[in-house]
Amino acid sequence: MFGLLTFQSFIHGPIETIPELMVVGGGVFAVLLITYFKAWGKLYREWIVTVDAKKIGIMYLVLAFIMLFRGGADAAMMRAQQAISMGPGTGYLAADHYAQIFTAHGVIMIFFVAMPMMFGLLNLVVPLQIGARDVAFPFLNSVSFWLTAAAAMLINFSLVAGEFAATGWLAYPPLSELQYSPGVGVDYWIWALQIAGAGTLMAGINFITTILKMRAPGMKLMQMPIFVWTALGSMLLVVFAFPILTVTLGELSLDRLLGMHFFTTDLGGNVMMYVNLIWAWGHPEVYILILPAFGLFSELVPVFSQKRLFGYTSMVIATMCIVFFSFVVWVHHFFTMGAGADVNAFFGIMTMVIAIPTGVKVFNWLFTMFRGRIIFSTPMLWFMGFISTFIIGGMTGVLMAVPGADFELHNSEFLVAHFHNMVIGGVLFGFFAGISYWFPKFAGFRLDEAWGKRAFWAWVIGFLTAFMPLYALGIMGMTRRLDTIDPSMGWHPLLVVAALGACIIGLGVLFQVIQLIVSIRNRERLAAGGDPWNGRTLEWATHSPPPPYNFAHIPQVAGRDAFWIMKKEGTSFQKGSYEDIHMPTDTPLGFVIAVVAGAFGFAMIWHIWWLAGISLPIIIAIIIARSLSTHIEHVIPSSEVARIEASYKQS
Amino acid sequence: MTLRSYIIGYILCVLLTVAAPALLWLHVYNHHRFPTHLELGIAFAIFALIQLAVQLIFFLHVGEKDNRSNLPSLFLALIVVCILVGGTLWIMQNLSANMQMDDSINQTYIGGTITPQAEND
Amino acid sequence: MNAETPKVTFGFWLYLMSDCVLFAGLFATFAVLRGATFGAAGVGDFLDIPFVLTETMLLLTSSLTIGLSLLFARANNRLLTLAFLAATLALGFSFLGMEVSEFGKLIYENNGPNASAALSSFFTLVGTHGLHVLFGTVWMLVVMAHVAVRGLNESTNRKLTCLALFWHFLDLIWIFIFTIVYLFAAL
Repeated sequence: MFGLLTFQSFIHGPIETIPELMVVGGGVFAVLLITYFKAWGKLYREWIVTVDAKKIGIMYLVLAFIMLFRGGADAAMMRAQQAISMGPGTGYLAADHYAQIFTAHGVIMIFFVAMPMMFGLLNLVVPLQIGARDVAFPFLNSVSFWLTAAAAMLINFSLVAGEFAATGWLAYPPLSELQYSPGVGVDYWIWALQIAGAGTLMAGINFITTILKMRAPGMKLMQMPIFVWTALGSMLLVVFAFPILTVTLGELSLDRLLGMHFFTTDLGGNVMMYVNLIWAWGHPEVYILILPAFGLFSELVPVFSQKRLFGYTSMVIATMCIVFFSFVVWVHHFFTMGAGADVNAFFGIMTMVIAIPTGVKVFNWLFTMFRGRIIFSTPMLWFMGFISTFIIGGMTGVLMAVPGADFELHNSEFLVAHFHNMVIGGVLFGFFAGISYWFPKFAGFRLDEAWGKRAFWAWVIGFLTAFMPLYALGIMGMTRRLDTIDPSMGWHPLLVVAALGACIIGLGVLFQVIQLIVSIRNRERLAAGGDPWNGRTLEWATHSPPPPYNFAHIPQVAGRDAFWIMKKEGTSFQKGSYEDIHMPTDTPLGFVIAVVAGAFGFAMIWHIWWLAGISLPIIIAIIIARSLSTHIEHVIPSSEVARIEASYKQS
Repeated sequence: MTLRSYIIGYILCVLLTVAAPALLWLHVYNHHRFPTHLELGIAFAIFALIQLAVQLIFFLHVGEKDNRSNLPSLFLALIVVCILVGGTLWIMQNLSANMQMDDSINQTYIGGTITPQAEND
Repeated sequence: MNAETPKVTFGFWLYLMSDCVLFAGLFATFAVLRGATFGAAGVGDFLDIPFVLTETMLLLTSSLTIGLSLLFARANNRLLTLAFLAATLALGFSFLGMEVSEFGKLIYENNGPNASAALSSFFTLVGTHGLHVLFGTVWMLVVMAHVAVRGLNESTNRKLTCLALFWHFLDLIWIFIFTIVYLFAAL
């Protein structure tokens, strides 16, 4: 009846029981809270059924922050273990549990924090920046989000029933094969990523179509804001790289479920093929995350330097170069696997070449700031933090692109420090900058500057304290993923410093929470009009928060920095009278599909074949039903538009 | 997009499809001397690539007025496919050559150092 | 033409491009693992050129029939649209039948997907294509129902266009399976 799932699956050791209780308790608490505030109806009507890109964007961000706490807790546990471990069997975590924690940390931070944060910003900003009323396929957008959310819930549920993969975030075989990982952990990993990956692919198709087919009249490609360009580049990478992940995960699960031999150590299986395939996806994935961060910096640096962006065309070319080159560097993740000097040299050189377009971008930002009247607001501070830490990360990256050096540094803490430099210093700081920059647009009020700056300094100092020691530890010979540290190695002082850094980062997160609370309480004082930063692009041309239809009149674009041109020339695309506006109708089907997909994943993990057998046909039936439905659009009458527009003018 | 284009496309495809087994028959008939293995392989690849072009033009109507915007994404896809397949073959061939897995070992197990017997121990 | 059609066909085209990469991954796996037979049969051992040629012709002809069905839909001829869709469906099912019988025979002879890495990659590549064809036939039934009940309009034409793209695309993938998996095995 329940496949491999038994009562025993819910019983864990004393340490593992704590997060289990936290997940269950958190769920119960959330249900009680919603019931207490009688918010079920509101939750359903305004969020679950919505197909509005702005609301979906906000839900992506909420998901990202919830998962950030989960991933952050994992990080804190690892730092604590390494700081107090004094040889085998010491510390408070068992080896297998520790391995599950570092796996979960990596998977969650990449797939369920960074990706949702990126999609959140894309949903919030891209339609507004191109002067569109919604994305190309609003229903698909809701399916994408809910699939991501369902996958995240699946991962969290691994704390309650069964276990998570103890294989590292990319689950290399043969360790991840059934022979060496007989439990359900790797299956949780596979199906969470397959479901999230399906959502991501759909979102990629959605945004490319939106950007290429729905721009406001007059907006040529070379007049799109750079954030839209980088979103396009990033989504192209999604569409062309994610299928490789699907194939790789599919082959691994065929090995595990049907006894095939793609990556096994017997009957001709080839483990190196897995490493090759997963990185052919994995490297573009890194650029999927960083490109939108590059793009949003290209938006906010001109605004806070009060100058036009330096080198728009070179920025576009650099973006597209990065898109291309990110497909030809993947071997640098496995130089040590045994390929010859020719292969390693080729991919090493390509890796160094990709630093060139990145460097072009850095210089463009610096030249934009040069002789500008810089306003040091929180988003700009995040940019400064980004550029200093990102350059350190870039340098160490180029260092490791030399195959000879990589043989020394591969799988050491040096590598861990490097990619955290890129992912925290690059991606996360970027998205924090973007969130604080665009927050007023979607909340209607700005974030508190004082607490924002405190959070920024705590994050930057914490980050440097936590990760600079890791560079040194890597050179001292410490490999990654160690659960026991031998005291005689002399690593402990630096590990304690790193743990201290993690605490300071924790302080930064606390300050961000305080910042949010303080800002909500002072929202009257922090109220933002449509254009709080003296912005240059179209998202600032509408109200804050924007009405459901974004723009009452579709703007006519005359050049780059469309809104800036309107402000300079005193023109306006607003007209006196309003027209009826067609908008997509809300539907719960996206949510339902994701719930059923989650059930399907759960069934596959636990071998509950009857559930898997019925859930897939249900999904197909829902899609067919949706294709029959004709009520997918509704009209907002002009009188209603006039009423909404007037309400903004009053407040 | 006309009846004519579909019929022309179909006939070309049929010819290209049948040509490959025909050459193979010739190869067997001539006692593997003409065309040689290498020539056969090249011919098969060329037939497939021509058929790719034929189908793209006559069936999928790539580049016609209505779907000109499909071309850039098609090129990008073809580039990625070439990089992925070509790169994988190069890397994996290079790996097995450098890890000294000659063909006799390849026949039994690629990439593994554990024999089925050893695993059972 | 309403604004929806170019968006949908372009978005669907993007999906097909991503599916290209999916198949590229499977082809790459097959190319690397095809020699790893580990004592089980390789494709060369069970190669039956007339059989595969028949499969190819079935799919190729179905590609023509769905094209014609699309042409008749544009010409607003509901009956012939449906007739050619039905022909396509029949050809598709015949193809699937042949593939199932090939797979069944192999598994019966103990050359199933878990006999060796080479066979795993063979079954997965050819089987993924087969699943796509199966999905295409289900979709075709839905589109036929649409056309039969609602007639030919902007919306059904759009669905038919996407379906035709999908079906042509599957034929294209099959040409490479025919060449790389089967014909190359004869060398």
